[in-house]
Amino acid sequence: MNFLNQVGAILWKDILTEYRTKDALTSMLIFGLLVILMFHFAFEPDSRETEKFGPGLLWMTFIFAGILGMNRAFATERENDSLQGLMLAPVDWSAIYLGKMLANLVFMLLAESVILFCFALFFNFSLMPRWGWMVTITVLGTLGFASVGTILAAVSMNTRMSDVMLPILLLPIALPVVIGAVESTAAILTDPPGESLTFWIKFLVVFNVIFITLPLLLFDFVLEE
Amino acid sequence: MNLRPKAVVQIEKVEKWFGRTNALEGITLTVRPGDFMVLLGRNGAGKSTLLRVMARMLKPNSGKVEICGFDVRHDPERVRQRLGFVAHSSYLYRHLTARENLRFFARLYNLENIDQKIQEALGWVGLEQSADRQVLGFSRGMQQRLAIARATLHRPEILLMDEPFSGLDLEAAELLTQWMKSFVSAAKTIVMATHDLEQGLSGVNRWVFLEKGRIEKELTGDFQIIRERYKQFLRERKGELS
Repeated sequence: MNFLNQVGAILWKDILTEYRTKDALTSMLIFGLLVILMFHFAFEPDSRETEKFGPGLLWMTFIFAGILGMNRAFATERENDSLQGLMLAPVDWSAIYLGKMLANLVFMLLAESVILFCFALFFNFSLMPRWGWMVTITVLGTLGFASVGTILAAVSMNTRMSDVMLPILLLPIALPVVIGAVESTAAILTDPPGESLTFWIKFLVVFNVIFITLPLLLFDFVLEE
Repeated sequence: MNLRPKAVVQIEKVEKWFGRTNALEGITLTVRPGDFMVLLGRNGAGKSTLLRVMARMLKPNSGKVEICGFDVRHDPERVRQRLGFVAHSSYLYRHLTARENLRFFARLYNLENIDQKIQEALGWVGLEQSADRQVLGFSRGMQQRLAIARATLHRPEILLMDEPFSGLDLEAAELLTQWMKSFVSAAKTIVMATHDLEQGLSGVNRWVFLEKGRIEKELTGDFQIIRERYKQFLRERKGELS
């Protein structure tokens, strides 16, 4: 219970800070909407093109918007050396990881829900018949991305040019989750949903289990020194 | 497990390397309950590193550190439960109010009666009127007072202080000195690192001079005498270098 209480405290602190500053959400939303708008003019948004390019475009927007938000994840911890204060508390350091990861997940999902709505609007893509699958895939894909992104944001926090370092480290490692999310999104755009859907959903679940467990075990080494 | 330790801090032959630089060279030190110990030395002497090793923010390369009978390597959470740390940085969140900051740390320390403890702590450092203001509007002195409230909210046995006077005006520094005296008089322990003795300190019973990661001298006595001895110590070291 103590562990969960501490995770909850870190999550509450990040959400309250974001509510006051709106740094991560604003940058993710503006970037995401601009990209959707540019793709709208670059591609003819008929249903065949949406089926062909839509999943890739959508997840590319999610991922790059997510990186912008992820770069902010540890920015508040750098002000006044607050991360040191967290490390001094009698907290299992994996609780710090879990709290920050959940905060990133919440911010990304909020931004993605607006981006997804605009994507559906601009690309004539009806969400209604597939919304259940779409929500499942978005949550699984974002969870995988946030789990890897949070630990790498902590790694890159103290490097020179940390804003550039994060995507360089993150994109190769998060590639499997991006592929899984794009393929499963493509599978639900066909009617009826493609047979590969179950495989890609299972793939995302396995990826998430591995990439949430590993950072929980490794976060101590990242914070130490 | 020793539940009634004679020493609150027991450091044995601690070494700490940063790359090829030896920041701590075989430090052995004992701190007893009620001690007010000041670590003196120039920048880079190893004072902050020693405090950070004691708080288990840094892992020593060799040697042993025990706080209240708990090994910092094996029981870091129990050790941190008994420690408070005040540094030059406040470790506070600028966009949270003073009360929200304390509530956050109280939850991390799993405290009970949080509201009551926060109110007491705010009163103790004289910040009741500013409790619901965001920290970003606080002066340096107010931030340092709130940092002390944060560091002592869980009633630690030992308070580690790293250059706590830096950036404080005279009034705030005087308040901090008074506060430290009252903390030690309650049979608690302070280990403080500083590089200058311009700020008058009272209640200190042990002065430890550090140089190049080693303990050079340990003295007890009146502040004015210690200040002269420290100036002489610095002059000698300067002479050795030139």
